Amino acid sequence: MLEHLELFFKSIFIDNMVFAVFLGMCSYLAVSKKVSTAVGLGAAVIFVLAVTVPLNWLLDQYLLKEGALVWLGPEYADYNLSFLSFIMFIATIATMVQLVEIVVEKFSPSLYNSLGIFLPLIAVNCAILGGSLFMQAREIPTLGLALNYGISSGIGWFLAILAIAAIREKIRYSNVPAPLRGLGITFIITGLMGIGFQSFGGMLTGDNEPPEGEQPTTAEQTKEKELIKKEIEEDDKAVSYNEVVKE
Amino acid sequence: MALLSKKDANLILDPLADNNPITIQVLGICSALAITAELKASLVMAVSVIFVMGVGNVVISLLRNVIPSKIRIIAQLIVVATLVIVVDQVLKAFAYELSKTLSVFVGLIITNCIIMGRFEAFALGNGVWRSFLDGIGNALGYGVILVIIGFFRELLGSGTLFGIPVLGDPIAKTGLYSIGYENNGFMIIPPAALIVVGIIIWVQRSRNRALIEEA
Repeated sequence: MLEHLELFFKSIFIDNMVFAVFLGMCSYLAVSKKVSTAVGLGAAVIFVLAVTVPLNWLLDQYLLKEGALVWLGPEYADYNLSFLSFIMFIATIATMVQLVEIVVEKFSPSLYNSLGIFLPLIAVNCAILGGSLFMQAREIPTLGLALNYGISSGIGWFLAILAIAAIREKIRYSNVPAPLRGLGITFIITGLMGIGFQSFGGMLTGDNEPPEGEQPTTAEQTKEKELIKKEIEEDDKAVSYNEVVKE
Repeated sequence: MALLSKKDANLILDPLADNNPITIQVLGICSALAITAELKASLVMAVSVIFVMGVGNVVISLLRNVIPSKIRIIAQLIVVATLVIVVDQVLKAFAYELSKTLSVFVGLIITNCIIMGRFEAFALGNGVWRSFLDGIGNALGYGVILVIIGFFRELLGSGTLFGIPVLGDPIAKTGLYSIGYENNGFMIIPPAALIVVGIIIWVQRSRNRALIEEA
């Protein structure tokens, strides 16, 4: 239960799809002019992530991973098809999006009317593929956690697009320098919001280290860690240097 | 350029400046930002995208009369995914450390909107040679921005370029550091990339007022 809760808050606030790893930026920038459309797209993203991440988890677990084919018989134990994951994941996503569109259209026309136009857009939204790829890279252990990861990172994305849409509706009344209007100021606001979200970073890492495999994998974060390590080394060096001087 | 007619040359030159995929068309932001903390990673990403775009546009252009329009998205995704798998395997074989740094962002080239956008808008309706030029041009336009962001972020954030210190040694306090300069750790964190792009857009649009958005 605790790990579910931890993953939930982590995916929404700390590893936020938009602010920490920049996934789904294209539609984030293109569809955030009005709050109502932003809500529609955000809901569609949550929905599709909740479907595709667990599905791709199953694919990864029983088809792609090293030794995943062992259920076919012991002679398949050495197979490692993980190089196929890109093509499998994207094919699953594209098909699922189509399928979801058909099903929703059939059974809930009102939901279709509000989500429908966004669904095709979503097949090529990097947040969706990114969700599956991060799920694989972080080696999420169970199906339940994969579902949790899909939903919570979707919610994180939803929050981000909702916030920027609200800000963009207001910023129309502000006097932004002409060359920055539109895209430019949106980038800078997103950057500032991202800095705000960075402050969630310490929230869950208070006393216990994150378990193996859940370590942040983005370039930035590794870099940050290296930087910290370097600083520590520098401090050590400075200390030893001081000692040498004293001697 | 004697090799190319003027029209063809524009296919390459336009996306470099006034029709840049990132700053004007707003495509392909996702991967542009996350991997630009270092110049080297940006450069590798740019080269990968140039390869995928060039080859992908040619393939789609060759297939344009065969693909039924209803399933074209899936067909395009399969072509890109195959090319990206090639890139990923090559990176893993020859630059393993770097492929670890890029992590999932190599895979995310698949959903890079520039690629799908150019397939849809250009390769499906144009000949092979022109599609190739268009692909290369747009990927170069993308690469240029990536390299600019990477240059500033690495220079200001770590004081290095390609991992080589250029501003002096921060520990021994040589070069710029001797007069009190400090590395700006702010440039390393992810949101700084967004602000750098915002500033690039600002500069570009101040120089070319025709690009300014209404409202």
